[in-house]
Amino acid sequence: MQEDPQPLDWHHPAPTDRYDLVVVGAGPAGLSAATAATALGARVALVERNLPGGTCLNTGCVPSKAIIRTSRLYAEMRDAEGYGAQVPPAIRVDFAAVMERMRRVRARTTRPVSVHHLTAAGVDVFLGGARFTGADALTVNGTRLRFEKAMIATGSRPEIPSIPGLVEADYLTNENVFGLTELPRRLLVVGGGPLGCELAQAFCRLGAETTIVQRLPLFLPKEERDAAQILSAAFARDGIDVRLNTRVVKVRTENGHKRVDLISDDYQSTIAVDRILAGVGRLPNVDGMDLEAAGVAYDPVTGIRVDDFLQTSNARIYAAGDACLEHKFTHTAQAAARIVVQNALFRGRQRLSALVVPWCTFTDPEIAHVGLYVRQAHEQGLSVKTFTIPMHDVPRAITDGEEVGFVKIHVKERTDQILGATIVARHAGEMINEITLAMVAGIGLRTLSRVIHAYPTQAEAIRKAADACSRARSRPTIGSLLRHFRPW
Amino acid sequence: MEASTPLPATPEAEVPLGTDELLLDGLQRAAFGYFARAVNPANGLVADTSREGSPVSIAVVGFALATYPSAVERGWMTRADAVARTLAALRFLHGSDQSGSPEATGYKGFYYHFLHQGTGTRVWRSELSMIDTALFIAGALTAGMYFRANTPDEVELRERVDALYLRIDWRWAQEGAMTIRQGWKPECGFLHYGWEGYSEAIVLYVLALASPTHPIAGDCYHAWTATYQWENLYGHDVLFAAPLFVHQFSHAWIDLRGLRDRFMREKRSDYFENSRRATYVQREYAQRNPRGWAGYDEDCWGLTACDGPSEALPNVPYEPRRLFGYTARGVPYGPDDGTLSCAAVLASLPFAPEIVLPALRNMVGRYPEMVPGLQLASGFNPSLAGPDGRAWVSPGHFGLDQGIVVMMIENYRTQLIWRLMRACPWVTTGLRRAGFRGGWL
Repeated sequence: MQEDPQPLDWHHPAPTDRYDLVVVGAGPAGLSAATAATALGARVALVERNLPGGTCLNTGCVPSKAIIRTSRLYAEMRDAEGYGAQVPPAIRVDFAAVMERMRRVRARTTRPVSVHHLTAAGVDVFLGGARFTGADALTVNGTRLRFEKAMIATGSRPEIPSIPGLVEADYLTNENVFGLTELPRRLLVVGGGPLGCELAQAFCRLGAETTIVQRLPLFLPKEERDAAQILSAAFARDGIDVRLNTRVVKVRTENGHKRVDLISDDYQSTIAVDRILAGVGRLPNVDGMDLEAAGVAYDPVTGIRVDDFLQTSNARIYAAGDACLEHKFTHTAQAAARIVVQNALFRGRQRLSALVVPWCTFTDPEIAHVGLYVRQAHEQGLSVKTFTIPMHDVPRAITDGEEVGFVKIHVKERTDQILGATIVARHAGEMINEITLAMVAGIGLRTLSRVIHAYPTQAEAIRKAADACSRARSRPTIGSLLRHFRPW
Repeated sequence: MEASTPLPATPEAEVPLGTDELLLDGLQRAAFGYFARAVNPANGLVADTSREGSPVSIAVVGFALATYPSAVERGWMTRADAVARTLAALRFLHGSDQSGSPEATGYKGFYYHFLHQGTGTRVWRSELSMIDTALFIAGALTAGMYFRANTPDEVELRERVDALYLRIDWRWAQEGAMTIRQGWKPECGFLHYGWEGYSEAIVLYVLALASPTHPIAGDCYHAWTATYQWENLYGHDVLFAAPLFVHQFSHAWIDLRGLRDRFMREKRSDYFENSRRATYVQREYAQRNPRGWAGYDEDCWGLTACDGPSEALPNVPYEPRRLFGYTARGVPYGPDDGTLSCAAVLASLPFAPEIVLPALRNMVGRYPEMVPGLQLASGFNPSLAGPDGRAWVSPGHFGLDQGIVVMMIENYRTQLIWRLMRACPWVTTGLRRAGFRGGWL
């Protein structure tokens, strides 16, 4: 259920002689750039070969969050006694209803990006694949579009691991998992990155016997060790069969049953599953556009090469989003698109490296991060001190039975300059925004101690960390005062 | 002497709760008794636990070698016996199969984690363990520093210690990386795990840096410390590591008071002070007791690597998957299933006697069932009390627990092991190459 994402009766508008900006790809970056540039008075064409909204709205963040929400409700029903309530008798998961709600949610969120909405906003929408024909022109289904500037925001697609037998096993990816009509009885998730972790937990809570296989010794290899360990424990509590330090070597389909051979160091095992979710890594979409004709350099794995101003090797053409960025997040794509609009149309000099980018893995508990990790800070020669507040020290987390996790805020040693933060909490994704704001605005951690946080809220953990920072800073001062005045 | 003789089934010896000296002497002597019983005198190898059929842990052999000097000093064994047992282990390991085959004893100077107590060959398909080898060689070096007489046996003892140390190929154990790998197996090569974050590995790096034959570079130590996290937790500034043993295992051998590497100079602290703070953090956690376990309070704490109840336990009213068996428990994020280790508390004695001694008295007084035969059990769990109200207690005893108890009580009472190792040239060289300065160094 999606509102006219790509109407069948769509006719291309007559193209303008030369557009100020042609945007290729109508995902979060493309939509953001097209609408912002149009609002600023630019003549804008938007080219999309699939569904406006991109992966995020159609096959990524939005549908997954809808399913996660329902799965969390089921988990809470089963855990009702922990909240002084009674477990409902005979909890039965209605998977069809779960997916129906997901589709309703998705339809609502894609409505503002429908072709009709975009056209009404003044954007010329061209549906079809774009092919560059030169440094300042491309074609869409035979229609030639000339441009002063262009932005490529073609997104990414699942990276399918090379596992013998996987293709024959009719594997799932983010592109088709939301089309399931039946809950798999036994699900294998290959890969412990953010999407793999989120969906593994959601499907487990919906009743699938779920196994997650991760090649590395910890989930979410970029995150802090404590965060990854808390997640492992949470998965085990949910009943997920966690196989760390393990890789899939082969998938065999025998009599309709899928058998998956695993190896962990020297230990081999085989599990039987009904469906396999793979492709949790992402590859940039850079093929089929004749980028060579435009003089745009790219790499099939890392994507379109851009400088810090998001300019490609063709000075007229910029890129944004998953097609060129290491951090493949919706909000990063949108922020990059805003930079492109400024730099391409207004001769701006905004830099990608100046962005403070938070991100969140929406497991339960959520894991959110912004800024530097301690290791990165050390690599930059920075000395770091971390102020840690376990969530079990936060009254609202206690009242809500959501004590698992922590707030860790990293500051430059002997200052209160915030370098980064990691939050593991039920609502970490909401809480991290305060830290991001502080970092963008250059607000020190001690200042957050003066910000009154509504009581009782879980965000109080941030104020408690700020209080600890203030105490640590004031301790030597008070000590020296006492030494000055004491009589002995 | 029978190898790996299980402890007596009548474990209700009275804990001497008189003076601190009496209490500590009683517990130390009882802990040493483990090594007297669990050794195979033919090859000097010591069982990992007192349980029937337990294999040898190479680390426990190191702890055993480090306890013999204390036992000699306190008159619990003769010097000749101590030399004989030490030599038995050193001779066996020196002549053992180092081919790295699946049935060997070791490879490249390292040893498999678990060995058969009779034959000394690898069991349980265990890994070639870098840290457990380091703990063994630290024990051997302790013995080498203590037995300094010019008798043929003691001369041979020292020569074999040096030979065992010098043949360890620490550089190979890096596999070309900046930090040392955790393990290797003949079936699959190096394990994927590296040393990430603060851990018990200081002694490993110090010994690896000092080697005149196969040293690692000084940068490796800095690469490891670059993964440290310096945190303010519960009001304490501490180099974070969740289980208590991490703050004890290197410290049992090396007197880290006042010694500072680059990281600690920057933090204006040292590893001894850090262990003191980590001990306080453990107590803070138990006072908060976020999971509401029975028994936890300011004088009852101690989460570490220890044995605990497992899911296989019958008639346990725990939810599935929340009992962890033998695992590294820690604060403040767990794992925590209500299991505590009194041995871990006692092993913090040199760092924070002012809170360890009251806790020790309280725990052994309140839960005497976890001190069978005056030897502290690996773990106990008051939340899993039986019908008689007594806490669940880990069956038998573990050599690591008994070893660390003997060593840390000794360091608290006389600093014997610290003094021996302060004079060990490999230790001082390794510390200096790691960038340590100050204190006795």
